[in-house]
Amino acid sequence: MSTVLVTGASRYLGARVARELCDASGVDRVIGLDGVEPRHPLGGAEFVRSDLRNPLLGRILARADVDVVLHLSLTEPRTSRERTATKEHNVIGTMQLLAAAQARAGVRRVVLKSTASVYGSSAKDPSHFTEDDEARGGRRGGYARDALDVEGYLRSAARRRPGLAACVLRPAHVVGPHVSSAMTDYLRSSFAPVPLGFDARLQVLHADDAVGALVAATTSDVTGTINVAAPGVVGLRRAVRLAGGTPVPVVVSTGRLLSGLARRVHLWEMPDEAIDHLMWGRALDTTRMRHDLGFHPLHTTREALADLGAAAPASPAHATLAAAAAAADGLAARLDPALVGTGAHAVRGHDGAEAGPRP
Amino acid sequence: MSHDPTGRDDGRDHADDARAQVARLVGLLVAVLRWSAREAGVPETQIEAEVASTLAYARRAVTGESAVDEFGFDPDFTEHVYLPILRPLYRRWFRTQVHGAENLPRDGGALVVANHSGTIAIDSVMTQVAVHEHTPDHRFLRLLGADLVFATPFLGQVARRAGTTLASRGDAHRLLEAGELVGVWPEGFKGVGKPFSERYRLQRFGRGGFVAAALRTGSPVVPCSIVGAEESYPMIADLAPVAQALGLPYFPLTPTFPHLGLLGLVPLPTRWIIDFGEPLDTTGLGPDDADDPLVVFDLTDRVREHIQTRLHRLLSERGHPFT
Repeated sequence: MSTVLVTGASRYLGARVARELCDASGVDRVIGLDGVEPRHPLGGAEFVRSDLRNPLLGRILARADVDVVLHLSLTEPRTSRERTATKEHNVIGTMQLLAAAQARAGVRRVVLKSTASVYGSSAKDPSHFTEDDEARGGRRGGYARDALDVEGYLRSAARRRPGLAACVLRPAHVVGPHVSSAMTDYLRSSFAPVPLGFDARLQVLHADDAVGALVAATTSDVTGTINVAAPGVVGLRRAVRLAGGTPVPVVVSTGRLLSGLARRVHLWEMPDEAIDHLMWGRALDTTRMRHDLGFHPLHTTREALADLGAAAPASPAHATLAAAAAAADGLAARLDPALVGTGAHAVRGHDGAEAGPRP
Repeated sequence: MSHDPTGRDDGRDHADDARAQVARLVGLLVAVLRWSAREAGVPETQIEAEVASTLAYARRAVTGESAVDEFGFDPDFTEHVYLPILRPLYRRWFRTQVHGAENLPRDGGALVVANHSGTIAIDSVMTQVAVHEHTPDHRFLRLLGADLVFATPFLGQVARRAGTTLASRGDAHRLLEAGELVGVWPEGFKGVGKPFSERYRLQRFGRGGFVAAALRTGSPVVPCSIVGAEESYPMIADLAPVAQALGLPYFPLTPTFPHLGLLGLVPLPTRWIIDFGEPLDTTGLGPDDADDPLVVFDLTDRVREHIQTRLHRLLSERGHPFT
């Protein structure tokens, strides 16, 4: 039986993971840690309010006899003004957490939630990134750089301290009706700028599956780096529509210019690496997730996005699209009655890659 | 129809009106289409079927029923928009002949290796049409393209949807493993960007990564020789400074481009031959040999030699490029 410490427990994902871990076999005690009061119910988990940089952290680990640390509190700054504070938390905070964990002989496993943004996005990208790949031509934002630094610290801590197992998860963008991130806000916005002439391949991870993967990684013995993403990819435009937003094509250079101006007046922020992501997207190789971690997401990318959209009110653009579909139908019917209203023939040789494996 | 004071029926009247107008417009469009088909001398029914299937696709695209695979390939789009647009160019403009289509496997992975030429990479696109037309199950040829393709607006978007992915060992391996028919033009820009005086002379064949991917997945290698593309865009000179300024690998000067502007982009109507050779004999070679540079170089040379020899024979068979 083990005791698990969950950092970032006051946030949606952290709270859900803490709750689920209480019911997981092999776990008898869950302690949530965060610098702010919990905003979501923690179930059977205990809560300790403390910053990662608090020197008392070591004593908390000792007193509760923690043997697994689940580090979920890496934060993506929403505006560039928050950057310094989040970097302080992400990098310095994690260093302190790892130092404390390394000093406690009882801690045998650390699981870190990193991010797939470490791969960047560019025209030079392979179709799928494996865990051994590095960013090709894509630039990394501050958050992705923090995540890479922190991954490195964890690996070296595991090297230094025998008996300390390290596992790093690199999830795709987490989406869900209750998740609020720059990405979900973007996808749901009534006018989402999409780069003209590009249609990025987007791959996401449903919040339910993010919780599932984190619980699986906490209770298993697997080590090393593991990509986590839902099966299938969806084009950016389709993704925005599925999520309930309306895509508005924008010339990229103009978009960058506008975003730069908006950033300067603190109106709205879209960092360069986020624009890159909207141009080329990214897909992950999830072989290790399925084989080593033994985790199979319940939602495909398409389903995860549709779930996000189900929670949002329908936009006027959808009515226009429905009308356009009806007009296309009418014309097709006049030409070839066999095709009426079918959205017609299933396409040869296409078995709907997005159907994906379901357990 | 009775009018009640709530004005609800009034609204319905407007909707009926709008519907009637749309119907009239649709009728007009159909008439125009039939007329242009008659004028062009193409059977009305054939055109109608094509347009109807494209429209049915448009509907699916709008309602979100069509989907892309993990590489961004949209078979629905490829079959109903991309290939129908290219087919007239393939059939009527280039009058393409296909030899040896029986060398393409009916199913399972295979690597088609071809010579690159013609200033813009239209030869790979025409090979996609040829493969779709000449395989019994209308297979799609998945191309491996340079990163410049994906960096270019619209071009990259269409290429991805039509099945192109990055020319890299990982992508080639992944596609072959999934049993796809993969097309590679290993000369890359060296092939398309060579001057007309060097036509049909094969350039260096990359680093042989494509051969390694085929060996590793146990896929047959089908050599493909293309004749006709060289003369469709004869490159007289390369304006290197312009290319450098625009960040392109070369900037072509052809008899029609750039001084005729966009019109100069129309290829000359050469007659094309696309020839698929017998798969290379790789008996005795296994996945382990993919890591042996000597084996890989040797196999790469054999493919190259085969295509070069075949090109010479096809050229003498073809005679004049424009007849």
